Amino acid sequence: MSFWNDPLKVAADWLLGIFTGWGMPEIAAQILIGFLGIFMLISLLMVLDIFLVWVERKVVSRFQDRIGPNRVGPFGLIQPFADIIKLLIKEDTTPGGADRWVYNIAPMLSMMSVLILWAVVPLAPRIIGVDLNIGALYIIAAGAIGTLSIIMAGWASNNKFALIGAFRQVAVMVSFEIPMLTTLLIPTIFAESMGFNAITEAQDIWFVWLAPLAAIIFLIAAIAELGRAPFDMAEGESELVAGYNTEYSGMKFGMFYAGELLHAFTFGGFWAILFFGGYRFLGLEQVSAFLAIAVIVFKAFLGYWIIMWVKYTLMRIRIDHMLGFNWKFLTPLAFVLLIVVALMNALLAGTPTWIYVLGMFLSNVVLGWVALEIARSYSRKEREKVEGVVTT
Amino acid sequence: MTGEQIIFILVALFTLGSGFMVVTTRNLVHAALWLVSTLFCVRVTIALMSAYLLAAVQVVVYIGAIAILFIFAVMLTRKDLRDQGPQHNPGWWTGALIAVLVFAGLFALLQGWNGLLEKKGPTALPAGFDQISALGNALVSPDAYVLPFEVASVLLVAALVGAVYVAFNRK
Repeated sequence: MSFWNDPLKVAADWLLGIFTGWGMPEIAAQILIGFLGIFMLISLLMVLDIFLVWVERKVVSRFQDRIGPNRVGPFGLIQPFADIIKLLIKEDTTPGGADRWVYNIAPMLSMMSVLILWAVVPLAPRIIGVDLNIGALYIIAAGAIGTLSIIMAGWASNNKFALIGAFRQVAVMVSFEIPMLTTLLIPTIFAESMGFNAITEAQDIWFVWLAPLAAIIFLIAAIAELGRAPFDMAEGESELVAGYNTEYSGMKFGMFYAGELLHAFTFGGFWAILFFGGYRFLGLEQVSAFLAIAVIVFKAFLGYWIIMWVKYTLMRIRIDHMLGFNWKFLTPLAFVLLIVVALMNALLAGTPTWIYVLGMFLSNVVLGWVALEIARSYSRKEREKVEGVVTT
Repeated sequence: MTGEQIIFILVALFTLGSGFMVVTTRNLVHAALWLVSTLFCVRVTIALMSAYLLAAVQVVVYIGAIAILFIFAVMLTRKDLRDQGPQHNPGWWTGALIAVLVFAGLFALLQGWNGLLEKKGPTALPAGFDQISALGNALVSPDAYVLPFEVASVLLVAALVGAVYVAFNRK
């Protein structure tokens, strides 16, 4: 195993040699190397987070037919650093009557819930934080902690708008966890394991060709989980000031904001891992681990770009429409999709690959078409009920 | 004192401390948050025993749903919108007495058990033992636990239908 194929193990062995050479007991050296690995990953993520602020602002400006930040440094690349300096030197206020401890811990928990997601992301065939065999369930668990941090933020601000925003956001997050969990089960069925390494290794054919409807439902549920438009009722700037982060200023707001961007990038990455092959691309990952990392970062950015595209194109959805959409359309569709995929997987188990792929793809397309027809007939009935009443 | 023992003692101390704070703090929302901390520490204890699936499920179900429901209920149903109130329960010393008696009883029971003195730790799972597929098989195989599983699902559906019926607003 050379450095290019397995950099982490080579580096860890080298460091272990150095530390035990200095006289450290081996178990302490291993713990220290573990901590160094965690520290390196988090540092890289936070640097990436800074870069994401720039990416977000440039992309939104292109969608809105303007240029975006271009004064501070070439192409505005130093703009995020200016933002960070501004946030750091702002006054650190706490609203009167706010719950000090809860108020201060909430942004930390929010950022923590995003960073712990990266423990299970497979960056390369042998670079993964922890190869949990329940990886898919772990990301839902981390989302649960994020949900908690939003309630804490909304409550501790001692502000009615923040509280309403937090309640709405948590209702949306908890509701959309169900279609997300259900569509997470579909790559699990294909790969016969919940671990992300196993799911990536099983994608000789990308799962998006086998279950495109699952990919779409996962994307919609993920965007709702992130609290981004069109599901950003919680921070609807026109209704709620800024939702649960109304009372936050300075770096605490920075943690919420940067945490949200990193969360979006992380879910772009998960979408890529679950449905688009993760770090695999035409066998490139066998050549070198660094190529695998480049592939997955590229795919994660592609997923992130699609999430941004959706955000800057669609209008906000009303909260009751959002929840109705989840409980009356997405959840039944996700359950029926799970049943159909499991059935087709069992029925087509022994057939040659192209029949399998074609069968699964067609079954998804048919199911999606039927679901849309049902939705369309329902909306036609609703419209006919109203059209008799409209007097303009 | 192995590393695992140190971690376990730390986690156990956190669990007990959080549990103590749940019942003694005056602020209801703080009590709910200490409950979340207690559940999280219990989850760490479960994960220490290599039952990772159960640990993840515990976070998703307990912290992600039940604790959030507690917090919603606490926030939305306070009688006069005050954070703290007088201690309502004049008979608290009865509860404390019963707790001490139960602890003494458990202590006396466990005195006679030799398992605490055995030096070997929990038996390691055989290598390659796939916990998740074993659990899945146990849940749906007819000579394992499929009947309680289905009954529990029916119970959950009944609860869901009941909740919708209670909250249903006939126009």
